[in-house]
Amino acid sequence: MTAAVSAAPQRTDAPPFPAATPGGRGRRPATTILVTAVLAVVAIYFLVPVYWVVVAASKTTDDLFGTNGFWFGNTFALFDNLGAVLTYGGGVFIRWFANSVLYAGVGGLIATYLAAAGGYALAKYAFKGRNLIFGLVLGGVLVPGTATALPLFLLFSQLGLANTYWSVLIPSLVSPFGFFLCRIYADATVDTSLVEAARIDGAGELRIFHTLGLRIMTPALVTVFLFQIVGIWNNYFLPLVMLSDQDLYPITLGLNNWNSQTDRLPEFYELTTGGVLLSVIPLAVAMIVLQRFWRGGLTEGAVKA
Amino acid sequence: MTTQTTPTGAPTAARRPASPPAKKRSTAVGRAPWILVGPFLLLFLLTFVLPIIVAIGQSFTTVTRAGLFGEQGVTTGFAWFENYRIALEDGNFVASIWRMLLFGVVQVPVMIVAATVLALLLESASARWPGFFRATYFMPYGIPGVIATILWSFLYVPGLSPIIDLTETLFGFTPDFLGAGTVLWSIANIVTWTYAGYNMLIIVAQLKAIPPEMYEAARVDGAGPWRTAWSIQLPLIRPALVLTTVFSIIGTLQLFAEPQLLMTVSPAIDSQYTPNLSAYTTAFAYNDYNVAAAQSVLIALVAFALSFLFLRLTNRSSR
Repeated sequence: MTAAVSAAPQRTDAPPFPAATPGGRGRRPATTILVTAVLAVVAIYFLVPVYWVVVAASKTTDDLFGTNGFWFGNTFALFDNLGAVLTYGGGVFIRWFANSVLYAGVGGLIATYLAAAGGYALAKYAFKGRNLIFGLVLGGVLVPGTATALPLFLLFSQLGLANTYWSVLIPSLVSPFGFFLCRIYADATVDTSLVEAARIDGAGELRIFHTLGLRIMTPALVTVFLFQIVGIWNNYFLPLVMLSDQDLYPITLGLNNWNSQTDRLPEFYELTTGGVLLSVIPLAVAMIVLQRFWRGGLTEGAVKA
Repeated sequence: MTTQTTPTGAPTAARRPASPPAKKRSTAVGRAPWILVGPFLLLFLLTFVLPIIVAIGQSFTTVTRAGLFGEQGVTTGFAWFENYRIALEDGNFVASIWRMLLFGVVQVPVMIVAATVLALLLESASARWPGFFRATYFMPYGIPGVIATILWSFLYVPGLSPIIDLTETLFGFTPDFLGAGTVLWSIANIVTWTYAGYNMLIIVAQLKAIPPEMYEAARVDGAGPWRTAWSIQLPLIRPALVLTTVFSIIGTLQLFAEPQLLMTVSPAIDSQYTPNLSAYTTAFAYNDYNVAAAQSVLIALVAFALSFLFLRLTNRSSR
């Protein structure tokens, strides 16, 4: 009985055991049906736009305007449309997609490593300026990202970095929120006596961080990495301000470019819906598969905040 | 044995001064945090601190061009609060801030309440397939705001929207999602759709951290599900609610992609509809970087002020 009680809240997929749940009255069939029905209606709300784009991407422009939006058209043109998306403009869509992968992948990886090193240093060493750094970065969490984008553009254009890969990549390497999470997580989990023991064994400071610190902090690092990837992937304002060369565009800017041409050239509807479908599917799958990893450091951060 | 007397906290340079190897070691300990935090700090200074200093500097600078196209030289001077005066006297910019406050006062509570209710329902024993529902609600968070807006704009535009077709055949009523009075709430819908699931997940994470003994005790005391939610779960997820609300307030003031994209289909949205859109227009359409910098600083200040106000209010009511 006690085992069931303590195990239930950690479970993710199965419905929690009746005895151990909030309310604790057990499951009455009427309540279950009612609650599940409410949740299902809400699920429809979240799924409708995605369903619509699946249907729309399979239509020709004529069908798009001439047939019911919630059902498939007269001709099934999905593969023609997707083919058009992939080949239009010499495969520029693939290039945008690859750019997004580059910005998000490289940026997410390096940002996580840097945030981990910084957060670990602040948690495990007492040094002058420690509180100043923490206060400064905490302020950075609250600064709206778009407020820094404009001045950053002015700065980068003076350095000759505007309209290059670096102009989007460099700001993506910094995650104040990740730094904040890593510090709190390292504080709570990396045992000082373990660090001391490693020191007595003659391990260098950097080695202790790389072998011990990184390993213990892994759950928080996964969270920081996912946050950063989604943040970079979804970012629109920064690349919009920085980039003018279409070959450097991430997918968000590229699709916006196509979408803005639909009112003059209706064939761009097929390209936009097809492109949106192709970019939504991998993200939606990734979110659903990875959603269980979004817990790690978050609870720690929230509880202590 | 000297190690016994040193505090177990973080090591300091004063540790074991007697033996030479220890001294060497202690300088390594003194250097290590700077090596670790250095790269992050450097990039943080470059991408956060420096731009803010540049923005503040720009906002107090005025650029005067001699001659029609500045061909007789450009002079810069200290402008005091001139750029701020221009920004604040621009009725459209000030109106956009008020518009965002109205937006936030409605959208943020609606979204946080919805996220909380969904989290509580998912964590209650009464829900079937909670894993599926959780994943579904969270999915839009992975869809960029630009793409979410393109998706929803297709559902808003007359002639393309199956929703409008549906209400016309069922109720004989044609909703106008893009009109002057409604488009703000159409944007609110997109934002809620994107972020409700994400906020729900943060709340779920904190709900899972509530020790099971609490529920057990409440059950023994005869508390029903409503009582448990109100007296145990809500007070204990307070930190998560504060966190998500502050991030939502900051997000509201940054609103940009949604109105910028809907501008092409809705005549009700002008180029100064939101503060950020206004700053962007000032910078890139009018090439007035100094007033744009003043606007950026004002946006950040309002975001700061609102976040602190909210934190103050929640701190006071908890005592």
